[in-house]
Amino acid sequence: MSTRLSNAQIAWRAAQDIEDGAYVNLGIGFPEMVARFQPPGRQAIFHTENGILNFGEAPPEGEEDWDLINAGKRAVTLRPGAAFFHHADSFAMVRGGHLDVAILGTYEVAENGDLANWSTGPKGVPAVGGAMDLVHGAKRVAVITDHVTKDGRPKLVQRCSLPLTGVGCVTRVYTSLAVIDIENQRFVLREKLPQLSLDELQAMTGAELVVPDSIGALIAPEI
Amino acid sequence: MDKTVDSLATAVARVEDGMVVMIGGFGGAGAPIELIHALIDRFVATGSPGKLTVVNNNAGNGRIGIAAMIDAGMVAKMVCSFPRSSDPRAFTERYQAGEIALELVPQGTLAERIRAGGAGIPAFYTPSSYGTDLAVGKPVAEFDGRMYVQERWLKADVALIKAELADRQGNLTYRKAARNFSPLMAAAAGFTVVQATRVVEPGSIDAEQVITPGLFVDAIVEVANPQQEEALIRAGVAYP
Repeated sequence: MSTRLSNAQIAWRAAQDIEDGAYVNLGIGFPEMVARFQPPGRQAIFHTENGILNFGEAPPEGEEDWDLINAGKRAVTLRPGAAFFHHADSFAMVRGGHLDVAILGTYEVAENGDLANWSTGPKGVPAVGGAMDLVHGAKRVAVITDHVTKDGRPKLVQRCSLPLTGVGCVTRVYTSLAVIDIENQRFVLREKLPQLSLDELQAMTGAELVVPDSIGALIAPEI
Repeated sequence: MDKTVDSLATAVARVEDGMVVMIGGFGGAGAPIELIHALIDRFVATGSPGKLTVVNNNAGNGRIGIAAMIDAGMVAKMVCSFPRSSDPRAFTERYQAGEIALELVPQGTLAERIRAGGAGIPAFYTPSSYGTDLAVGKPVAEFDGRMYVQERWLKADVALIKAELADRQGNLTYRKAARNFSPLMAAAAGFTVVQATRVVEPGSIDAEQVITPGLFVDAIVEVANPQQEEALIRAGVAYP
């Protein structure tokens, strides 16, 4: 058994918590993968910032319509019941709390719910897109991420060191090692890989984990 | 009443040096490529209009459209949410050389500032950006126990947008996700210029289907078979 979940397996785990008929925004990149793993019999309705509800898979290559793209500028298709709307309506859906779930990637997430996912510092051209709106946009704001950075540093920290996207906005974190809720400004462990000890997990986490009496086993299918 | 004009050059004639110009589109969807290129043609021929402030979600891609405006040296400042793209060279080079200013705005705040500009609302409060670097220096206030940032309206001298159908009075429909910022910009600009894929007679668009009422539109030019920014970029096209 692998010592960590793959990105696809993290996305699979996040998808298990999305209810049938939920209105969902998936951040650009890794979070888009969540759409592939909806449990049988459930169909979420996906929102994209540039003005589509209920878009579907990418079309076959060569059949792209470049007026039909998602926020990542990738060609998409429409599902039955889709709707177009302008940008102010789109962000009314976001800021107005009308989405059920937003799932975002991150550089850092802190135990107080702060999220840093838009800038790695002053180098280069800054670009924020819809990230600062989406973090305030949904009833649940979840993050999917590797538990540690490529060089092994914790991505779950006491306080973010990178520029913030939003304060106190994240409610759940799905990582390559665990599922963790943010409650009362603490990381509360809900599930972990069965083969991983609590001490090992804590050592890879930059803030104290609250461990309830009962925690679940994080088990994802081979994908 | 007939708001159509007979050429792209006439359509963009109102843009002058130093103006704020809103340009519709999100990536390639809704980018009014022909209007932008007509503006570049005039700049290349006459040296005007320059020193423009351009409002768009992005800051150009490849060597066409807004990127070509930046390459031509017409743009002094970009107001946008995401100045990156598959080929952001034009903006990136000028920005790193200190030759173009950037006002970075969260995307939803950008949309709402433009909406507010068109609606006569000088300022509003939003949760977006509270506690972040993009809120520094802005007034904040608490409402019902939560903190919000004050943002101001955004208006333009001219808007350049792309529509699917336009009737001669300026009633517009859009194609798919090419709608994005355009209805907001049409309202927020003092003078709104539309390139429409097809111009029809008043009454030809069902009143129930009109997305932008003609009141917000000042000039219309028909551009049948408009170029698509994404297709041009994939083909490696440069303008001029």
